[in-house]
Amino acid sequence: MDTHAHDRRRFLALSAALAATPFLTACGAGFGGDDDKSDGSAADDVTGSFDWKREKGTTVKALLNKHPYTDALVADLKSFTEKTGIEVEYDVFPEDNYFDKLTVDLSSGRASYDVFMLGAYMVWQYGPPGWLEDLGPWMRNASATGAEWDQADFFPNLLQADQWSLKAGAPLGQGGQYALPWGWETNVVAYNTDVFSKLGLKPAETFDELREIAGTIKRKAPGAGFDGMYGIAVRGSRSWATIHPGFMTMYARNGLRDFTVEGGKLTPAMNTPEAIAFTEDWAGMVRQGGPPSWTSYTWYQCSSDLGAKKAGMLFDADTAAYFQAVEGASPASGKIAFHPGPKGPDGSLATNMWIWSLGMNAKSKKKSASWLFLQWATGKEHLLKGAVTHNHIDPVRKSVADAAAYKNKMKNLPGFIETFETVVDQTKIQFTPQAQFFDATTSWAAALQEIYGGKGAESVLDGLAGDLADKVG
Amino acid sequence: MGWRLALRPYLLIVPALLLTCGILYPFGLGLYYTLFDFSASKPQPDMVRFENYETVFTQEAFWNSAWVTVLYAVGAAAVETVLGVAVALLLHRSTLVGRVLEKILILPLMIAPVIAAIIWKLMLQPSVGVVNHLLRPFGLGGVQWTDTPTGALLSSIAVDVWVYTPFVAILALAGLRSLPTSPFEAAAVDGAGWWYTFRRLTLPMLWPYVLVAVIFRFMDSLKVFDIIYALTEGGPGDSTVVLQIRAYLEAIRFQRYSFGISYTIVLWAVVYLAAMVLVKHLGKIQRKAAEVK
Repeated sequence: MDTHAHDRRRFLALSAALAATPFLTACGAGFGGDDDKSDGSAADDVTGSFDWKREKGTTVKALLNKHPYTDALVADLKSFTEKTGIEVEYDVFPEDNYFDKLTVDLSSGRASYDVFMLGAYMVWQYGPPGWLEDLGPWMRNASATGAEWDQADFFPNLLQADQWSLKAGAPLGQGGQYALPWGWETNVVAYNTDVFSKLGLKPAETFDELREIAGTIKRKAPGAGFDGMYGIAVRGSRSWATIHPGFMTMYARNGLRDFTVEGGKLTPAMNTPEAIAFTEDWAGMVRQGGPPSWTSYTWYQCSSDLGAKKAGMLFDADTAAYFQAVEGASPASGKIAFHPGPKGPDGSLATNMWIWSLGMNAKSKKKSASWLFLQWATGKEHLLKGAVTHNHIDPVRKSVADAAAYKNKMKNLPGFIETFETVVDQTKIQFTPQAQFFDATTSWAAALQEIYGGKGAESVLDGLAGDLADKVG
Repeated sequence: MGWRLALRPYLLIVPALLLTCGILYPFGLGLYYTLFDFSASKPQPDMVRFENYETVFTQEAFWNSAWVTVLYAVGAAAVETVLGVAVALLLHRSTLVGRVLEKILILPLMIAPVIAAIIWKLMLQPSVGVVNHLLRPFGLGGVQWTDTPTGALLSSIAVDVWVYTPFVAILALAGLRSLPTSPFEAAAVDGAGWWYTFRRLTLPMLWPYVLVAVIFRFMDSLKVFDIIYALTEGGPGDSTVVLQIRAYLEAIRFQRYSFGISYTIVLWAVVYLAAMVLVKHLGKIQRKAAEVK
């Protein structure tokens, strides 16, 4: 009996030890990182003359966000397979979950997806941990890249936006090319021509005028036959996405910065007297002429309200207005015009951009085939087809923007081409590149909500700057 | 004794052992990670011991989140308990109508909380939402439900109440139906009124069932994520950033893994302590209820 009890104790002890083994193993194994890093790029392995059929029979896995640009890509995938013999399997996720899915997938260190969509801001988050393949060596290797890809054809500010040295505060356009521009958006003002005509309004040339017009529409439009219409749709949810379109564009046009950089050290600059005054004015504009329930507003609500004739103006991505403006898309289609938006005090039309880029997983086992896919997806042939026969507008390539077929398609949208051409050279990422971007901008959006709710801008922004100084410093 | 017979006790504990390991392994690993400064920007981190916890407890953001979490959990659990018991009492007394209502009442529980929150987000939309539309005749059509800190918190609690009150009601109803009839018959013979009977008989005997519902709802409300995130994303400002949302933002959005896990470990400790207290209380209540019976 004693022996039995003794055996049971030994058995339990052994079981406990076995149970603890994976735990202890995990302790020793580190944190899911991969130590087999190589300094050499896989691009160096590609030699000989360029051949689209080089990876025939391979399958590339892509992670895509649900977007009209994605629809254009998927519709044309057959051409890619015919050209290369490479199959593309893809998963499409809605934007609300897309980046969480991508982040978790990349951070796991697996190569579930070879290629994926990402924004330029994500390069600041995914680049430093080594999750993104540097595409520079691929672009420079004539064996890997066909001559017709024509790097010089990209708008230079777009290509530079995905290029970074991975050092906080260092300007874009230096270091590795961590993604390729594929589709983009410039932030401008779109307006309902009917309400402007009825109320005798003209697009705002200054921020003061914009606030005035927003308030006027909210006061007068319902009495002029636009039931429930408010002045201006801008984003307001507690998310980084609230800061980057209209707000950051106007902020930059006022000559304001998110951070100042001295000797590689970042100092938050959202609480300078000028920034405080601007932020107060922006919150005031939303109170006077913005949407009800603004604190939950994402691009989708803003865009829908313009299309549903609930908003007189939209200060957001030109694409958000475009998808409401095309014939038959919404009650307001045919009544939406585009304008670059208010200038800064010195006439600045500095504009913040969003780029849908395509990147490659640094852990991909099919880099050569993935590069062929990226080359095709960002190439002239597919992008022109996407722009003309689908809704892949705002071309990243000059040749597409200049193409007669593209211009012919867009000419029916009042002011679209003129606005695009006016701001294209002044559109760039207005944020300071740094890995804490999402924390900084989410907190910034929360601060904006508090100021909108009536809290003092100075104390709120001082608190924000103090909090961020510890995180980015 | 044959070797098969000797082995049987050990084989019987294997499922429990596997289950325990399945629970303890990720928990232990998470706990271990909190001792490092593991983040996307530092994939090979240094051991920092309890520094993450120190940072958590010295952050104003943590105390704000803790306060919001407690307000939410207490508010939601209290309202759900009162309403749930009231509904159960009503259903217990009625007949055909009660049985029909019982079926309808369970509907919110069949909807995923995140979907319920999205539905309510649309219904609470100030200009096109049905709630303001219904309130308009009473001169209350312009309420900005989620635009103010108090409004956002109350709206979130309201959605929680909408989803989970049926859960409390069903548990309370099951309790009511299992109560012995003789004490009530004796009270009726003695001419006791409804309120007296409810206070002295129904409630003391029903308490154990109600407390089980309270424990479930309080624990769940402390861990809330889906309803609040879908409704307000934690805004306006930080007014509805509960601990789970803070942990999610830190670990997933901002990729400070160790720090994010530290938040969840703190939340686990809070839930564990609260559960211990409540379960201990449940034992006492059960003994008292047995005495009444």
